[in-house]
Amino acid sequence: MQTIRFKNMPKIVATGTIAGPKECAGVVGKYVDKTLSDDTFGESTYEKAECKMLSYAISQTIENAGKRETDVDLLVSGDLLNQIISASFAARDFETPFLGVYSACSTMTESMAVAAALVNAGYYKNVVAATGSHFASAERQYRYPLELGNTRPPQSQWTVTGAGGAFITSANEENRVKNTQKNAEKDAENAPAITFATFGRVVDFGITDVNNMGAAMAPAAAHTILTHLRETGRSVSDYDLILTGDLGALGSRILKDLTWEKGVDIQPNHVDCGEIVYNVLEDEFQGGSGAGCSAVVFNAYIYQKLQKREINRVLFAATGALLSTVSSAQGESIPCICHAISIENV
Amino acid sequence: MTGKNKKNQNENYIRYVHSFDPPTQHFKNCFRAFLVGGLICCVGQFFRVILEQTTSLSGDELASAVSVLLIFMGTLLTGLGVYDRIGRNAGAGSIVPITGFANSVSSPAIEFKTEGLVYGLAAKMFVVAGPIIVYGVLAGAAVGVVYLFL
Repeated sequence: MQTIRFKNMPKIVATGTIAGPKECAGVVGKYVDKTLSDDTFGESTYEKAECKMLSYAISQTIENAGKRETDVDLLVSGDLLNQIISASFAARDFETPFLGVYSACSTMTESMAVAAALVNAGYYKNVVAATGSHFASAERQYRYPLELGNTRPPQSQWTVTGAGGAFITSANEENRVKNTQKNAEKDAENAPAITFATFGRVVDFGITDVNNMGAAMAPAAAHTILTHLRETGRSVSDYDLILTGDLGALGSRILKDLTWEKGVDIQPNHVDCGEIVYNVLEDEFQGGSGAGCSAVVFNAYIYQKLQKREINRVLFAATGALLSTVSSAQGESIPCICHAISIENV
Repeated sequence: MTGKNKKNQNENYIRYVHSFDPPTQHFKNCFRAFLVGGLICCVGQFFRVILEQTTSLSGDELASAVSVLLIFMGTLLTGLGVYDRIGRNAGAGSIVPITGFANSVSSPAIEFKTEGLVYGLAAKMFVVAGPIIVYGVLAGAAVGVVYLFL
């Protein structure tokens, strides 16, 4: 079994998000806590900006939950940069134990699943899961200098500048009472709960084109989603939304074909964060990517839809490409992973 | 791939993915490259004519002076954040001329300035242009050897 069930139903009581100007021109603009007008966030380097964004998202998550920093028992976070420096350096700002995780662009679901497992088991009461990415720092690490006059291939995606965090807490009585006193809206009892987590297998179909992440990651997404549905005995129609992370337009198309081949039609309920995040105007081509993509879209846009009960059951399956510049230079194909969590209004 | 599934490449899947590759628009790409590349050459020629009339330079000196001016222009436009936008649309039209070479040296220099002037800017300056220099010199030497025996 790859799927675990959280019978104590850890709740996502609040989220905090921040995104760059390009992202906020799109669908998430109305929902994020802070829009950056300048993608350096007042810092001297893009790496520092990414770290500051993540730090902001974590603080904002804690604030939105009506808690203090000292109430947080654990911070679970990761990012795309080498040695997950943004997450580790952001954690330096908090007096909280820190658990660093990495699964590229699926870091959001991985950290939420780990956080939910720890809360469900009763080891911790309040855990913050967060991640983020920055276009300029990712570009520099994985691709070319920003000002280089090269052309972007049409299969490519655009790394999202943004960060998001989720406050995951146990739904016990004590917590509920405390929350109600502070803010009725943030009543833990009514917040969306994480009910299942499906940890993915590393899937590699032999794609070597680093500009075609959608095609590389789609098989991993298909595997995890199909496994989740099989192991939980649910069908696509049981979910209001099957949300993938950053497959982009092309990857989503491939995912639909792959699941269709196995006799599951996800078409009616499937949405991809990367596909919807941008108003594709310039060179975004297939849409957004990066750890920040699913983090911002879920924690800002989708979470508020869940809170308003416009949708009630979401399968959130973010995908990650586990490559490095060294592995691709040595001709390795791109191994990919997808972790899925099921989030429900109960 | 490495590991026990060395032969695990899914040929069918790769073929299927390639079926989505959008066709390269040769005519459009060539036209844009011709237009922008030609424009850069015209600017160079314009500099040459002006220099010829205003200074006492001639022949190879003129050519060098024009190259210097074009390199300056390429670097300036890179610093202003314009050259990458030209490059995205023009493709080879702005990569092949000497301004493209200036861009490939100056863009990493700007990018890695944050890691310091020595280990950042200076060390990373040739990260894109380095191979061009290495294989350019090598090809030059090879042609020289061939030329020696002709």
